[in-house]
Amino acid sequence: MPTTTPAVELTGLTKRYGAVTAVDGLSLRIEAGEVVAFLGPNGAGKTTTLDMLLGLARPSTGSVRVYGDTPTDAVALGRIAAVMQSGGLLKDMTVAETVRMTANLYPHARPVAEVLDRAGITDIAGRRVAKCSGGQQQRLRFAMALLPDPDLMVLDEPTTGMDVEGRRDFWTAIRRDARAGRTVLFATHYLEEADAYADRIVLIRQGRIVADGTTAEVKNLAAGRLVRATLPGADQVSLAGLPGVESVEVRGDTVLVQAADSDEVARYLLNHTSARDLEITSRNLEDAFLALTTGTAADELQGSTR
Amino acid sequence: MTTTVMPRQRPAMGGFNVPNLLLEIRRVLRNRRTLFFILVMPAVFFLLFGLPNKGQSLDNGAPVTGYIMISLAVYGAMVATTSGGGMVAVERAQGWSRQLRLTPLRPAAYVATKVLTAMTLGLLAVLVEFVVGAVCGVSMPAHVWLLSGLAAWLGSLVFAAFGLFVGYLAPAENVMQFLGPILAILAMFGGLFVPLEVLPEVMQQIARFTPVYGVGELARSPLTGTGATAGAVANVVLWTVAFGFGAARLFRRDTQRV
Repeated sequence: MPTTTPAVELTGLTKRYGAVTAVDGLSLRIEAGEVVAFLGPNGAGKTTTLDMLLGLARPSTGSVRVYGDTPTDAVALGRIAAVMQSGGLLKDMTVAETVRMTANLYPHARPVAEVLDRAGITDIAGRRVAKCSGGQQQRLRFAMALLPDPDLMVLDEPTTGMDVEGRRDFWTAIRRDARAGRTVLFATHYLEEADAYADRIVLIRQGRIVADGTTAEVKNLAAGRLVRATLPGADQVSLAGLPGVESVEVRGDTVLVQAADSDEVARYLLNHTSARDLEITSRNLEDAFLALTTGTAADELQGSTR
Repeated sequence: MTTTVMPRQRPAMGGFNVPNLLLEIRRVLRNRRTLFFILVMPAVFFLLFGLPNKGQSLDNGAPVTGYIMISLAVYGAMVATTSGGGMVAVERAQGWSRQLRLTPLRPAAYVATKVLTAMTLGLLAVLVEFVVGAVCGVSMPAHVWLLSGLAAWLGSLVFAAFGLFVGYLAPAENVMQFLGPILAILAMFGGLFVPLEVLPEVMQQIARFTPVYGVGELARSPLTGTGATAGAVANVVLWTVAFGFGAARLFRRDTQRV
């Protein structure tokens, strides 16, 4: 397969349920090996999009390609595997039986013992699913998804309902697994998760992509950065005249500049003034998230997606 | 990339495989509730209602205990195959069917596994009832044991289809709790608990069109010597087709649901 084939290619994807448009003309290309977070509030269309990607839902219009195949073919060939949010496990089976039963469906599944180990559930292999905690069930789903050694792993809000420790254990298992070259796409509404585990964040609102870029880029899009320096007698007018500067504030000897392009501000301060103790901080992702997913700011930003 | 990548393949036979069939059967066999209704209850019924008739004969000289044993074997088999087919209701309710759509398993292979599991359970139900009967002294010619057993078992395919039909109709975890009483009423109309002749005439006429009647008549015919009547055969065939068709339609709706 030529390396130019993207792992995921969504083109003009739309899903309507009666009068409701859950996904609205969404296009997205994910290259092999990327770890992408699909971030958005509840009801933004994340799960509907993933369902179409997995062949569980049919698009009203638009197309889905997974490594050049249809979702159904990609699933049948074990190229794509998924960890769904909830359900999907038989309570009366043990952890090992569930994995074995799934393994028997693939012509070349990874060994059961191996995926149990990689998901960190070897010690509960003999436990009934009904007796497993939410986090353990989620790691069981992850073990099942590892069986075909998929090229693309899809996780739909995998840590919903887990406590902090469960969440950490789950992501530890995912990271430990991070096979070179495996593409990962996960939906989440936990900002920290997107921030901590993704190379790229796709922000979705009302069925559309409102921002797409690295974590840093997405933060910048909404919030810009704060440049802070010690500069007695700062020239507020010339600072405010720099490109991308939103506000300038002077507190005693300290100057605070809020700017979309913090590099430009820093360069100016260091090269053309006697500023020292320079600090650049970004507003946290939470602010960016709120700015992008609520109100009109998001609509203005649509043109600036990559 | 230096790693050698195995070309990706689809599974043979749509993912149907014997290890999973055995796993399914083991799952059912460790469900105490199912075992009670399939294996224990029909056997206890025989001890309670069959044994007291020991020594009595039908008009053709065949033992009444044999008549009752065969009827209860049919009952055990129909409960077994219904619950086997009805497993899809539980698995749909728990989201397992959806999970399976993320694997290479073809829906037809899934249904085939369920039907074979149901029929294995049905065979087990017939065998247990017959063993209990034999131990309690039921004496019949070898061909009657064989033909009645085969008819009771194969006829229970009607109810594997019935179980699937209900399973695709209602995704409920407790499907057998409401199917149990329905099966008991159908068994009554099929003459499995009391001979149809003791029912009022109008009930007897209605009974001929209910789905247990045919399999009951066919299973007992080697013993009673009435032979396989056209009505009984037609009953079994038509109900199997009806439930099978209904299950297939609902199944198609389920697998196409997006």
